[in-house]
Amino acid sequence: MGLLTGLKASITRATDRLFSEQDPKRIGIYGPPNAGKTTLANRIARDWTGDAVGPESHIPHETRRARRKEDVEIERNGKSVTIDVVDTPGVTTKVDYEEFLDFDMEEDDAVRRSREATEGVAEAMHWLREDVDGVIYVLDSTEDPFTQVNTMLIGIIESRDLPVLIFGNKIDLEESNIQRVSSAFPQHETVPLSALEGENMDEVYDKIAEYFG
Amino acid sequence: MPEATAPTDDGSGVQIDLISGERMDGLASMEKIRIILDGVHDGNIVILEEGLTPDEESRLIEVTMSEIDPDGFNGIEIETYPQNDARDKSLLGRLMGQEDTAKLTVIGPANQIETLHKDETLISALVSRK
Repeated sequence: MGLLTGLKASITRATDRLFSEQDPKRIGIYGPPNAGKTTLANRIARDWTGDAVGPESHIPHETRRARRKEDVEIERNGKSVTIDVVDTPGVTTKVDYEEFLDFDMEEDDAVRRSREATEGVAEAMHWLREDVDGVIYVLDSTEDPFTQVNTMLIGIIESRDLPVLIFGNKIDLEESNIQRVSSAFPQHETVPLSALEGENMDEVYDKIAEYFG
Repeated sequence: MPEATAPTDDGSGVQIDLISGERMDGLASMEKIRIILDGVHDGNIVILEEGLTPDEESRLIEVTMSEIDPDGFNGIEIETYPQNDARDKSLLGRLMGQEDTAKLTVIGPANQIETLHKDETLISALVSRK
């Protein structure tokens, strides 16, 4: 009996480890280029760990490698939720190095940035298929959300049955239209925010805890 | 299945390949992606009667990225009708093993096709020569 009891206890421990709610879930921050993904990742990381995730820029494809910030512990309503935040490169179906020349970049630098950007997008897609447990989909609320990339990515996320929250970013800008974002993906909850200014972050963290906790 | 005949390309027009669902049925995901990207590399507009699954779309983006070359190919433009079905319906379909991905899809070289208008019933695109 002692052997059986010991075996049962060790199976229970292994199962608990496998399905423990304490295991941090990897939450991928996805969206098109320049939606403010890194600004959001940095805001979350700074608010709860004191560190940043990566450099932010107005030039598209600043983030060209997926970056993970581990063990971000978010406290809400007396409970704590621990997640790994994965900041991913903006997803697109095309990259033209000439668009970087408009940002006063030398041609060699633009070509290198474009090569790295394509590798980054491929890497982001791979993470989405293999390595994330949930998705924060960030949209620039001043831009048209009805794009093919957004439609395809939301479709891919839904097909994998991943929990997803839509974040309508940049509400500090006058042209922001959060209603347009909500109506583009009515099947998902849309949270308005400004990652840059820190607006509405309480609701952001409430929803993260609710969806990914 | 007969192969498409090689076109005579004198640069005076744009080739459009309309690929039936029947032709794509039974092909592996990578075979479908190859058909699409080989066509697009040749400057053709590829129209799929039944589109791709979300997983195939994800792989299409990944393979497209790996083939972008600053000296030539700079990616694809892809358009489908936006899905306006209630998600419950598709979830039920998925539970019943009937993943409905049939949606007309237009794919072309990013530097030759520009979407002018898209809504739930119309895709209007401007196609230019190479």
